[in-house]
Amino acid sequence: MTTPISLEAMAASVPDGALVALPPDNSLPSVALAKALVRRGARGLRLLGVPVAGFAADLLIGAGCVAEIETSAVSLGEAGFAPRFSAAVRAGTLVVRDCTCPAVHTMLQAAEKGVPFMPLRGLIGSDILAHRPDWKVSDNPYAAGGDPIVLLPALQPDVAIFHAVMADAEGNVWLGRRRECATIAHASKRALVTVERVVPGNFLEDERLAPGTINATYVTDIAIAERGAHPVALLDEYGFDAGYVADYARMAKTEAGFAAWLAREVFGQRAAAAE
Amino acid sequence: MSGIKPEERLAAALARLILAPDAPPARHIAVGAASPIPAAACWLLRKAGHPVRLSLLHRRSGNPFTEGTRELFDLTGQGRIDLFFLGGGQIDGQANLNLVGTGAWPGRDVRFPGSFGSAFMYAMAHRTILFREEHSPRVLVERVDNISAAGVNAPGVYRRGHAQALVTGKCVFRFHPDRARFSLLSRHPGETVESIRAATGFGFDIPDAVPETPDPTPAELALLRGPVCDEMLETYPEFCARVFGRSEARAPAAE
Repeated sequence: MTTPISLEAMAASVPDGALVALPPDNSLPSVALAKALVRRGARGLRLLGVPVAGFAADLLIGAGCVAEIETSAVSLGEAGFAPRFSAAVRAGTLVVRDCTCPAVHTMLQAAEKGVPFMPLRGLIGSDILAHRPDWKVSDNPYAAGGDPIVLLPALQPDVAIFHAVMADAEGNVWLGRRRECATIAHASKRALVTVERVVPGNFLEDERLAPGTINATYVTDIAIAERGAHPVALLDEYGFDAGYVADYARMAKTEAGFAAWLAREVFGQRAAAAE
Repeated sequence: MSGIKPEERLAAALARLILAPDAPPARHIAVGAASPIPAAACWLLRKAGHPVRLSLLHRRSGNPFTEGTRELFDLTGQGRIDLFFLGGGQIDGQANLNLVGTGAWPGRDVRFPGSFGSAFMYAMAHRTILFREEHSPRVLVERVDNISAAGVNAPGVYRRGHAQALVTGKCVFRFHPDRARFSLLSRHPGETVESIRAATGFGFDIPDAVPETPDPTPAELALLRGPVCDEMLETYPEFCARVFGRSEARAPAAE
């Protein structure tokens, strides 16, 4: 039995400096929690884009919440390059650990299985590998000789953060086919999940809902945040708000424009909600 | 039939490369997010009756993957993706791709979004078609500043496939992994070998005869503007409006 906590309490439970895993814009990011982290003034976060990062990451970077990011890309999709991320790279104020998508999944899967590393094909010849001293190349022990392959260390995030459609009375979370969020939850020490709504019953007793469900075992806390993925699409619940993201991309091109956007869209919202 | 749009010509050129008789069969093709022209090429084959399986990664409704985005990479790792498309902020004469950025690592001059899955997909898909509309010395460089994904590997490194070709707004290059070099396969109307050479930062081989890239056939154009556009409206509304003039595409996007 899980009682939802408030969004602001959830944000307060993420310590400064935490390694925070986030899904990308096509897979259930909690933009609501990212905004709450900006409001709480989080500092020194280390973000992990699973496997890439989008709107929520750019927002956190611009607001000065992020010291490091490990990801395969940061992009606003159709709205173009992520402006605050690009500015931080240019300024040298952000440590960027470039990755490639399947490597992120593989490192999390190693953590999920509780093994120290997993191998992955490809990567050899890429400068990504050259800049990752923590990734090792070893000969395949099952080959007759040679066959170099990359070994990736298990990666256990401190906190997984994502947004799902609904939680049930038992604290199980339903996310449909977006199972990478299950991998993040399985691999992380804690999972903080915002949901559109909490419904009665138990998803695990429904054969059709159970395959798209994360067992409450993996879910630390739930907070209700209606339209919590906005401006990102949420499954078949609501679509992508292209106008909102285009407006952000335009304003966030400059530091001053980004500050004005934050005042209106992040800090303004709290004032409105408190009334 | 009204004037052929450059995008329509490119889609038809890609479709011909996909079916090239000397290439491995394309039974299962995966198409990434920012790829409306490759997606159009794949739909063109499907609508022309070729039994190809298409996995469109960013499709919101009916997305093919139920294990999240890692399923694409697991499929590719097993050799179950025959063809993938990649581009690059820079592409060099050995088919190395730079999606990270220019200047010092990790892109201190101009930072691009990042490498995505390229470092894996390029080596593990059975083949890759490189696609970049901008054909300029800034994009097609002698040597990329940073390698996101390598065009060829040293002997002894396991690799399933390579670039088959590079399609740009000016021409089609074929890639030869044995000698890590491109050759000119066809030039789009209005281009000459010299105009292509002037716009290309890397050296490439020029055969005795370089034909013009063929026009899409009337049947291909009819498919592109009709059933192909229908399939693409949800994922690529802007593209469908611009290329096919289907401005009603905006309605579902504004939900």
